[in-house]
Amino acid sequence: MTETTAIAPRLTAQPSYPEDGSDAAAPRALKYVIERADRTFRGVARGGGLIVLTIMVLVGLYLTINAVQAVSAVGIVEFVTETAWSPETNRFGVAALLTGTVLIALVAIVISLPLALGMSLFITEITAGGFQRFMRSVIDLMAAVPSVVFGLWGLAFLQPAIVPFSRWLSTWFGWIPIFAVDGVDPTNPLPNTSLFTSSTFIAGLVVAMMVIPIMSSLMIESFSRAPIGEREGAYALGATRWGMIRSVVLPFGKGGVIGGTMLGLGRALGETIAIYLIISPIFDINPHILQRGANSIAAHIALRYGEANSFSMSALMAAGLALFVLTMVINFTASTVIARSRSGAESEG
Amino acid sequence: MITLPFSRRQQPGRYARATDNESAAPTVQTDIILPDIDSPSGLSANGGFDVRRELFGETSAGELVADSITAWFGTHKVLDRVSLTMETGKVTALIGPSGCGKSTFLRILNRMHEMVPSASLSGEVRLDGSDLYERSQRLTWARRQVGMIFQKPNPFPAMSIYENTIAALNLTGVRANREQKDQLVEDSLRKASLWDEVKDRLEQPGGGLSGGQQQRLCIARALAVAPRVLLMDEPCSALDPTSTRRVEETIAQLRGQMTIVIVTHNMQQAARVSDECAFFLAAQNTPGVIVEHGDTGAMFNNPQDERTFDYVNGRFG
Repeated sequence: MTETTAIAPRLTAQPSYPEDGSDAAAPRALKYVIERADRTFRGVARGGGLIVLTIMVLVGLYLTINAVQAVSAVGIVEFVTETAWSPETNRFGVAALLTGTVLIALVAIVISLPLALGMSLFITEITAGGFQRFMRSVIDLMAAVPSVVFGLWGLAFLQPAIVPFSRWLSTWFGWIPIFAVDGVDPTNPLPNTSLFTSSTFIAGLVVAMMVIPIMSSLMIESFSRAPIGEREGAYALGATRWGMIRSVVLPFGKGGVIGGTMLGLGRALGETIAIYLIISPIFDINPHILQRGANSIAAHIALRYGEANSFSMSALMAAGLALFVLTMVINFTASTVIARSRSGAESEG
Repeated sequence: MITLPFSRRQQPGRYARATDNESAAPTVQTDIILPDIDSPSGLSANGGFDVRRELFGETSAGELVADSITAWFGTHKVLDRVSLTMETGKVTALIGPSGCGKSTFLRILNRMHEMVPSASLSGEVRLDGSDLYERSQRLTWARRQVGMIFQKPNPFPAMSIYENTIAALNLTGVRANREQKDQLVEDSLRKASLWDEVKDRLEQPGGGLSGGQQQRLCIARALAVAPRVLLMDEPCSALDPTSTRRVEETIAQLRGQMTIVIVTHNMQQAARVSDECAFFLAAQNTPGVIVEHGDTGAMFNNPQDERTFDYVNGRFG
C-alpha cells in the first residue's frame, strides 16, 4: 500500500533508466488469489468444453475403430474410389455416395443462399416493428419443422410440381453437362416424367428449404447488429437503401453470411430422412442433377443398417467416418476463410 | 467573459473564402492555405470544384431556412415551432443544454429525423427556397445537398481511406472515372486537412486512423458529394483537444464555401468557429424553443435574454 503511493514521486524524480545491467529488471511473476466465484465459473466452463471435445474425439475414434475391419478388407484406395456397395462380395466404396452427398448439398446451398440472404435483408432492413418480430418467429418455426415433414412434402407435393420445371431446364440448358438427362427426347409429346423424379435436384431443393431458416437466423443476427452510426453515415451521404446495405450491412454481416452458409452446408451434408424419402439410390457417380438417381451417405446408412451383419455394419461405419471427415474439413476450411477475411465487424469501436 | 479571437466584422464579404479571413489570425494554417504548386497531380486550387460540378451539378453554398418546425417522438413534443435562417456561407452554432432538441433540429435539416420510427414533424425546411420535405423531393437528393457529420466518427471500417472518401459515389450511384475519383479524393482530403497525413497510405482501412483523423475522414467523405450545407452534430465531443483544434481549423477553412450548422456543448468552440449563434432551451417538460439567436459576438458579449447570459457564462446547463 505504502509502496504504491511512493511510486509516483520516484518516477518523476528519476526519469532515466537504471545504469546497471538489464538483469536488474527481470519480469516479475504475476500471481493473485483467484476468487471463489471465478474458480467455480472456470471449472464449469472448462468442464463443459472438455466434455464436448471428449465426445467429439470419442465419436471419431469409435467410427475409426469400427471402420478398420471393413476398410482393411478392401484397402483405403479402393474404398475411396469404388462406386458399388456390396459388402457381401467385398466390393464397396464411398465414391458414388460421397459425390452424391456433396452434389445434393451444393444444389441446396446454391438455391438457399440467395433466398436466405434476400429474406434476411428483407426482415432486417425492410420490415419493422410487429411484422419484423412475426417474421423472425416464422423463421424460428421453420427451423423447428422435423425433416421428415419436409421429406413428405417434397415427395407428395414438390416433386410432381417441379418436374415440368426440370424438363424445361433440361430441354433448354441440357447442353450444360450437369443439366443433361440421358434418354430424354424433348420432341416427344408424351414425355417420360419418371426420368426426372427422385433426382439430386429435387432432393437438393427440399434440403434447401430446410437449411434456409438456419442460414437466415444467423444472417439476421449479424445484419441487425450493423452499427446505427455507420448506417446513418451512409444515409447522410444521400445513399439509397440498397447503397447503404451494400456498403454497410453486407460488409459488416459477411462473417454471419459465411458462417450461416457453412452451418447450412453442414446440415445439408448430414441430412438423412428427407433425402431418404425422395431419392432413388444409385451406385454410380451421377453428375446429371436433373436425372433420376442420386445418393447420400446419411440416407444410405439409414437405408442399410437394418439388414447389416457385423461386417457390413463396419462398412457403414466407414462411410459414416468419410462423412465425418468431409464435414470436419469443410468446417475447418470455413473457419479459416472467416478468420482471414476482413469483416467489418472486427474493427468496430 | 469570453472574448472572440478576432472580429467577424473583418470579413471582406459574405462569400469571402475562409482563407482570406483566417490569414489575419496567427494560426498554423498557413501551410494549408498555400497553393498546391507541388501537388502530385498538379491539382489546381479550384480543380475539385470542377470535378464536383461535373459529377453533382450545383455546388455553391445555399441558404437554409427552417420554418416553424415542430417535432415529436411518438406523442412527446420535443420542438415547438422553431424557425431559424442559416445564412449562406456562414457558420451557425446551435447551443443549449442537453435534451433541448438541438440534435433533433439538426437531424430535421437533412431528413435524418424520420429514420427514427416514432418520429414526426411539421413545418418546412427550405434550401434556397425549395422545401426539402416537398412530396416530389427525393430523400437522397435532400441528404446529398445537406451533408452531416456525426458525434462519433463513423467511417466505413471495411473500406480503405480512398474508398471511404468517395463512398458517396457508390452509395448514390454516381459514376466517375479513375481520374475524377483521384482528383475528388485528393481535393476532399485536402479540404478536410487530412491529405498530408494519409496521402501515402490511402489503401489502408479507414478504421485504422486515430479518432480525430477518422472524424476528418468523415468530413472529407461528406465534402466529396459537394454538399451545399454541412451539418455537424457535436463533431468534436469524442476528440482530444489537438484533434478538436484541427477540426475547427477545417471548419474555418470551409466557411464561405458552404453553409455550416454546428451543434456544440462547448461554449468556447461556438465562440471560436461560428458567425451566428442560436440558443435552444427546453424548460421542464416543455418542448424546446430558440430563446435567442443572432451574431455570435453579440450573443456572447451582450445577450438580450437573461437565460442566454446565464448559459453562455456557465451558470447552468
